[in-house]
Amino acid sequence: MHQTFDAALEINLLHANQAGAEENRRHFEDWGITCFNIMSSPGAGKTVLLERTLEALSPKLKIAVIEGDMTTELDAERLRQYHVPVIAINTGRSCHLDSKMVSGGIHRLAHEYNPSEFDLVLVENVGNLVCPAEFEVGEHQKVALLSVTEGEDKPLKYPVMFQEADCLLITKIDLAPYLDIDLQRIEDNVRQMNPNVTIIPVSAKTKVGLEDWLAWIEKQL
Amino acid sequence: MHETDMTKALIMTVRDWYESQPEQPQIQTIHLIVGQFTCVEPASLQFAFEVQTRNSFLENAALAIQETPLIAFCHPCQKEYHPQMGQQYACPDCQNPMEDIRSGRELKVDRIEYA
Repeated sequence: MHQTFDAALEINLLHANQAGAEENRRHFEDWGITCFNIMSSPGAGKTVLLERTLEALSPKLKIAVIEGDMTTELDAERLRQYHVPVIAINTGRSCHLDSKMVSGGIHRLAHEYNPSEFDLVLVENVGNLVCPAEFEVGEHQKVALLSVTEGEDKPLKYPVMFQEADCLLITKIDLAPYLDIDLQRIEDNVRQMNPNVTIIPVSAKTKVGLEDWLAWIEKQL
Repeated sequence: MHETDMTKALIMTVRDWYESQPEQPQIQTIHLIVGQFTCVEPASLQFAFEVQTRNSFLENAALAIQETPLIAFCHPCQKEYHPQMGQQYACPDCQNPMEDIRSGRELKVDRIEYA
């Protein structure tokens, strides 16, 4: 009969991703860049929010986009109209970006441009409320979007995403009058697990709330 | 879905340990701790592990997953409580938000049994 042994490891499963995220963040900091990780379910309005953001800020800030939410080049094409570098990452069938993929994007940015010229890098994550919350990519701030059509209960059902967010944009609020949605309940639900999150209701269509979002961005730089 | 990636990370972590041993041991069981307040589903992880370790040094290894419950500490009440996942995260007594998670965020390789 042979003996069995035990080895205590106590190693976090996300250790490798975390180390990569910290390295990405160091690069950003060396170049004086602030990075946001923008996350939501598919169709909450990440790309249109980026369009409105680039339209307003690209004349005064040097911005680059790392685009993970693409099954096609469609999103990237939409954003290139604003004359900013859009680095499309081939995520394949991945359900989230990880720090290694974003590192590839950062190297392309550094290779094709002078990274020290940039102020802000916006990472558009893959549309998914579950996985992206667990994989840091090197961001300084996590931005989550929740559209009014998704329902007040989503923060309760996908708590990790909403607990981690530094800023929550409640999007498509121009549709709120047509729905039985209680914006206050969304806020209350999120604050149960994340009392200090900044919550900004916006509409990319009517531009309501956009000023608050832009002001929040400028405060992070 | 990302259980595939988590499993890759798990295999890499164990491989690092395995290769650092003076003699390559026969790994019997990997003990993993998965918190309830993570985005990992133990059943999917178990399945991904089975598929991804075929024909590898972990072919005959078992994965034992211990789930830890979500436990928060309420500072105003000075006591622990169990938030109701999907329904209520604030303290049931004083409604203070869930700020201090004491258990449920774990995602780690705890220990390895080998011969």
